[in-house]
Amino acid sequence: MIHNATASPAKWRLKRPSIIPGFGLTLGFSLAYLSIIILIPVAGLLWRTAGLGWSGFFAVLTDQRTQDALYISFGTAFVAALVNVVFGTVVAWVLTRYNFPGRRLIDAIVDLPFALPTAVAGIALAALYAPNGWVGSLFMPFRIAFTPLGIVVALVFIGLPFVVRTVQPVMEELDREVEEAAATLGANRFQTISRVILPGLTPAILTGFALAFARGVGEYGSVIFIAGNIPYVSEIAPLLIVIRLEEFNYAGATAIATIMLIISFVMLFIINLIQAWNRRRYGNV
Amino acid sequence: MEVTINNIRKEFERFPALNDVSLKIASGELIALLGPSGSGKTTLLRLIAGLDFPTSGKIFFGDQDASHHSVQERNVGFVFQHYALFRHMTVAENIGFGLKVRPTASRPPKTEIRRRVSELLDMVQLGGLEKRYPNQLSGGQRQRVALARAMAIEPRILLLDEPFGALDAKVRKELRRWLREFHDRTGHTTVFVTHDQEEALELADRVVVMSQGKIEQVGSADDVYDRPGSPFVFSFIGESSQLPVEVRDGTMLFQGQPIGIAEAGDGAGELFFRPEDVTLVDAPDALFGKVTACRRLAGTRIAEIDIANDGHAPYHVEVEVPLHAPIELGSETRFRPTRWKVFRK
Repeated sequence: MIHNATASPAKWRLKRPSIIPGFGLTLGFSLAYLSIIILIPVAGLLWRTAGLGWSGFFAVLTDQRTQDALYISFGTAFVAALVNVVFGTVVAWVLTRYNFPGRRLIDAIVDLPFALPTAVAGIALAALYAPNGWVGSLFMPFRIAFTPLGIVVALVFIGLPFVVRTVQPVMEELDREVEEAAATLGANRFQTISRVILPGLTPAILTGFALAFARGVGEYGSVIFIAGNIPYVSEIAPLLIVIRLEEFNYAGATAIATIMLIISFVMLFIINLIQAWNRRRYGNV
Repeated sequence: MEVTINNIRKEFERFPALNDVSLKIASGELIALLGPSGSGKTTLLRLIAGLDFPTSGKIFFGDQDASHHSVQERNVGFVFQHYALFRHMTVAENIGFGLKVRPTASRPPKTEIRRRVSELLDMVQLGGLEKRYPNQLSGGQRQRVALARAMAIEPRILLLDEPFGALDAKVRKELRRWLREFHDRTGHTTVFVTHDQEEALELADRVVVMSQGKIEQVGSADDVYDRPGSPFVFSFIGESSQLPVEVRDGTMLFQGQPIGIAEAGDGAGELFFRPEDVTLVDAPDALFGKVTACRRLAGTRIAEIDIANDGHAPYHVEVEVPLHAPIELGSETRFRPTRWKVFRK
């Protein structure tokens, strides 16, 4: 065993020599922290679900009500995130590109959905978009509140700051000269925006989309007030979980949660893959 | 393309960046706008490009008044100091951009664009790099991609803003020579901005020296160096020393004493001379001062001399002295300018 004592040059090492100290300490802290806050609860979730067995899990998965709830949750979150990508980018554009009276106020208002209790937002939106509300009455007989469309409205409200706050800093750092270069080459404003500016913002927009989407999937407080919560129609998966819990069907509740977890993880993972591919192509964007 | 600039004035929030500037640029000329930062040289370049618009005055491209033409209509090639390449596009896509964004009617077919791109890549000696992204290139390569991109649209004039400012000294020298050859080959009217006088004097047919929003002098490298038209040009281009003098009865007096040089026209003024235009003399009527430092400069020596100023801070002048001249630190030295210029007050 003596020859093993000499260090081989190609030895794999956890950490490369670095001038920045504290690697062990900070990594240890991060792992412990993640374990307590995220990994252990998730493990508990999977553990509880496992108690159901494959057949039990499969029964929950194939239940029509579960499937509809999941479809509504992910579908509305997806649509809301798409809407937010468009309007959040426009808001970020207005806030970074133009100086106008009240700009700081609007900048502050963007953060309101972060701070406002989501139930308050849900009640306010429900009152506004209800068939007899200010906005809702304008669209009658088309109904917004108490339909999946109402859920989208609530999720747009909740997700907006995620897109604005991820796109805004990147937009601020965009080089004006690049736009001027496009103009000197004969590109009109539309071509400059679609071919030069937006491609540069894609990574930030994707991140904003992922955040708004993830937040929308998990949103509960605001949605239940505006959704109407009709099973098979406008009942979201988090609500179904709460219903199962109230029925003391803990295994059923954790099963739905696990399915949500897996779908979310896969979707976020795919978005991350796209980001990594983007980075490899354009370097350290 | 001939460019005429007539009485241009540009204000940024009431602060004049350019003040009544006129300039005629001949077709095929390579012109340098030279000046310290804040002199308005970049502003002038941007006005020619149409990236900014003048507060008053006109810009003509040939006989055509281009003052109110948009940057797209002017069809100029502009190269930015920091390249401003599109980093999500490959080198080939960057160069072809100007052709691809043309309206359908005047847009060349894809194969034609590809052919033009590879032609331009060869011209800037970057053949084989078309698939790279800008961040995979060196600074000098990026600058050449930027130039190829600007040339792709067959611009009427080529404008370069501090084109070598962000490059290291060696690459800068290479690119400078290369740009000169490139210009001689393509014959484009070219205007470039620089604060590096060596670059301007070496590269340009004519140098436009600017200061505080005004043109101080326009001329060849020899003109601005040998026949500076203003105190600013004399002190900005090359090394120089200046002393307050008075001319009386055809002789020049410094601190009331004759210094042994003749000058016509009586009155007070400012004497300018260059270190190399000085000779050491052994005569009573000359400038004199104490040598405070002496430094070797390639094939010659520069002596720094302090001339006493009656209790005030001494006048500081620099003179070139032969290597064999007996110069000692602290010793008193007498000298006279052999070539000089007096600017009247």
